[in-house]
Amino acid sequence: MGRKKTSEGSGDMLAGTLDMLVLKTLLLAPAHGHTIAHAIEHSSDEVLQVEHGSLYPSLHRLEEQGLIASFWGTSENNRKAKYYRITPSGRKRLTKERNRFAQLVQAITRVMGPEPQQ
Amino acid sequence: MKKDLSQEIESYIAHEIDDNIARGMSPQEARWQAHKKFGNTTAIQETIHEMNPYHWLESVAQDLRYGLRQLRLSPGFTLVAALSLALGIGANTAIFQLIDTVRLRALPVDKPQELVEVRIPRGTPRMGRIVGGRPNLTNPQWEFLRANQQAFSGIFAWGTSRMNLASGGEVRWAEGLWVSGEFFSTLGVNPVVGRTFIGPDDRRGCAEPGVVISHTFWQREFASDPSVLSRKVTLDGHPFPIIGVTPAGFFGVDVGRGFDVALPLCAEPILRGQNSSLDQRAHYWLAVIGRLKPGFTISQLSAHLAALAPPMFQATLPSSYLPDMAQKYLAYKLSAESAATGVSALGAQFGEPLLLLLGTAAMVLLIACANLANLLLARSTARQREYAVRLAIGASRFRLIRQLLAESLLLAAIGAVGGALLSQVLSRGLVAFLATSEQSPLLNLALDWRIAGFAAIAGTLTCILFGLGPAIKATHTDPGAAMKSGGRVVAAGGGRFGMRRMLAVGQVALGLVLLVSALLCVRSFRNLVTVDAGFRQNNLLVLNVTLNETSYPAARRNTVYDELLHRLRSTPGVESAAEVALVPLGGGVWNDGVRMEGGEAPYRISGFNRVSPGYLQTMGTQLLAGRDFDTRDRAGSPAVAIVTETFVRTFTPGANPIGRRIRVQPEAGKPEDVVEIIGVAKDSKYASLRADFEPLILLTTMQEPQLGVNLRFLIYSRSSFAALSNGLKQTIASIDPGINVEFRSFESRVADNVLRDRLMATLTSFFGGLAVVISVIGLYGVISYTVERRRNEIGIRVALGAARTTVARMILGEAAWLLGFGLAIGVALTIGVTRAANAVLFGLKPNDPVTIGAAVVVLGVVAMAASYLPARRAANMDPMAALRND
Repeated sequence: MGRKKTSEGSGDMLAGTLDMLVLKTLLLAPAHGHTIAHAIEHSSDEVLQVEHGSLYPSLHRLEEQGLIASFWGTSENNRKAKYYRITPSGRKRLTKERNRFAQLVQAITRVMGPEPQQ
Repeated sequence: MKKDLSQEIESYIAHEIDDNIARGMSPQEARWQAHKKFGNTTAIQETIHEMNPYHWLESVAQDLRYGLRQLRLSPGFTLVAALSLALGIGANTAIFQLIDTVRLRALPVDKPQELVEVRIPRGTPRMGRIVGGRPNLTNPQWEFLRANQQAFSGIFAWGTSRMNLASGGEVRWAEGLWVSGEFFSTLGVNPVVGRTFIGPDDRRGCAEPGVVISHTFWQREFASDPSVLSRKVTLDGHPFPIIGVTPAGFFGVDVGRGFDVALPLCAEPILRGQNSSLDQRAHYWLAVIGRLKPGFTISQLSAHLAALAPPMFQATLPSSYLPDMAQKYLAYKLSAESAATGVSALGAQFGEPLLLLLGTAAMVLLIACANLANLLLARSTARQREYAVRLAIGASRFRLIRQLLAESLLLAAIGAVGGALLSQVLSRGLVAFLATSEQSPLLNLALDWRIAGFAAIAGTLTCILFGLGPAIKATHTDPGAAMKSGGRVVAAGGGRFGMRRMLAVGQVALGLVLLVSALLCVRSFRNLVTVDAGFRQNNLLVLNVTLNETSYPAARRNTVYDELLHRLRSTPGVESAAEVALVPLGGGVWNDGVRMEGGEAPYRISGFNRVSPGYLQTMGTQLLAGRDFDTRDRAGSPAVAIVTETFVRTFTPGANPIGRRIRVQPEAGKPEDVVEIIGVAKDSKYASLRADFEPLILLTTMQEPQLGVNLRFLIYSRSSFAALSNGLKQTIASIDPGINVEFRSFESRVADNVLRDRLMATLTSFFGGLAVVISVIGLYGVISYTVERRRNEIGIRVALGAARTTVARMILGEAAWLLGFGLAIGVALTIGVTRAANAVLFGLKPNDPVTIGAAVVVLGVVAMAASYLPARRAANMDPMAALRND
């Protein structure tokens, strides 16, 4: 049925940054979806909330692009879970994304300047 | 992959539940919170699914499946729609197929695009004997070209002639092809048996030339005998050894006309004897085609031909030409035309009518499309609530349109496939229409990709035509309004109804154009067959007699001719018989410049014929003054002639023509012939029924110094054709069984003469009738719909006391308004469009007011009669029922 496409990367996160965060998370060790979401939320001091409506499309997209690979494994809870690990091209992409993001943050900071005096 | 994803999501939720339990929630609470946090799992699955690049294909398949289901739900609509599309597309495809075969398809030979025909430009007036299928050049001209051209890697000449296979008795014709030695090698045609001609086969005076036969002739006459090379074929009484068979599918270069036997040009004197055209500088009977050298451009070729023309015409100037004709001859040019698609007399004759018919058929398809669009609009009105619901729950308009189009596309596809199949039957029927009594066109009508492509394009176009508008309109709906109306038809859809009216108006307009075309063609055909030809057309038999050259040398022919005529006249059933040089309506022309004695007026052209005494009586042509030829007019007595009314009007206006003498323009260096007028006959048609009466001079066979071997007799008899021809056959066999005879009814010759017109009249009336029916149905549909739509209003009017006649008048008024509007546009269109038919019409102009008026009346009356039904329904409506329905 014709249904409007849900916009990608919606939510509070800056567009395109979720992919980068996922890659960063996987840089340490392979993980499954639940862990990834938790890791992102945890390491951002619960500031960033991962929308599940975006996480799985993001994982799917990254896998399609060959930046991550997946395998089925057993989780710490002894449950069957789909694990993701980063691929060499994923690492390269992460470096690129990191630089791009740093530039972006600098640029935005420059624009915003110091907080104006009241 | 789908399963993978849902497992993954399940696993995620399981982990979340674990976490939640670890945080101290009850299992139930944990599960609920986990699901709440995750949200709509199906939505995520769909999002990921749509990321698949081939996702759209799947949704198209879905649309098609849905469309198929919709079509199956309304089999009546589907049947009508598919059938009318198949008919419409089939008719168009069939006509296109014919045009394609005769005009567009490349010759089935090696690299056809390199072939170029060299000729004297079309329309150049030429003087001399012009015979055969494509008489472009003379043999001396061809020989000069062959010796001096540098533009072609290969060049050949060809001509056509019918040859008699029988030795004595009734003739059996074979289609003969005269070809120069390079014919087959230039075309790149390899034999399936034996060999084809090579250069040395075609040398002047070739003693024992062989013939190459076509594949069909090999099958027909020799049952595909592999040892055919040891056999001979007898042509006009001369046996020729067979040296090869051409491959199946090779028909020469004249599309529509196959060949049975091919002979080298050098064999022509063997068949024609003294009448050979090889050295005749004014006998046009050959066409020349060359294969352009690689890298040779058309402009280089034109320059080359321009340089070649003056010396060529200088070297081949007929000595019989007088100075002014010679001057014209020397100024002749040579032109080049691509022969990639071959040449075609059939194409030249029927090309224009076929294009007109294609236009007509396309218009019928257009009207049918309008009807379908109307039906679809009506359907979409009924389904409006469904669309509203779907739009309300988030379907995009584009997606709805796509889905509706999928339905149309399915219909169009069924129509196109059905049409392509149907066209195979229809095109064969069309070809049968083009057959004359003497020859059926030989055309390759295999269903190939071009035809399939045409049907596919026609199908796609019709789909867009009838599907897109209604689909856009249907989805242009306000979900709120549609829902609120609670399933009733929404009257607010004014735009949609406007479209239906527009379609009806368009249908009426196009219907009128087609009806006028049909009436024009039918009237033109009627004019042609009822025109006063100046002679009778029924109960006449044409008898062709061919004498054997060796048993009837020139000296004996006049004697046997006398005997033949005498014996024919006394054959039972024969009322009168005459001999004639040119049977009327055969297309042949014999003319010369003439002037009256006693003045130095310039020569003017008059037609000639040569007849025996009794010709006028046999043909039923009235003698207006003077006398017929009789025994007084013999060789040695003063030359006499009978002329026609038009001749008198043109050459001796206001004077008594009897006894005056005509001078005939002589050949160079010869004295003028002088003939005395002894009678005046009514005008009669000469070359064709279409041509106007021209001045005509009849000479008499009795004074012909030397008759040829071909004699034509016209026989008037009320007996049946079969009985009469049997009697005549016996009569001639009793004189000499070695004489060849051929019988034709004059009627069939007349029919051949109006073939093109009959084709046009029949097909346009078919299309015109169809168009009227479809457009009237369209109008009826719209008016019925009006009544349905205004049910409540009419109910209230009647309840408030409106007279039933007022109601009926109101509905009829609306119909009349639509009709009038359509007819007005139709008349304007007709005047613009039918001009294209000017050339095919006889005896009336394309914007003939009577015809247009009649068409307007016919269409108007039929359409109003059809609208009367819904109007009466409206008038007889029970107001209570109409209102209660609400």
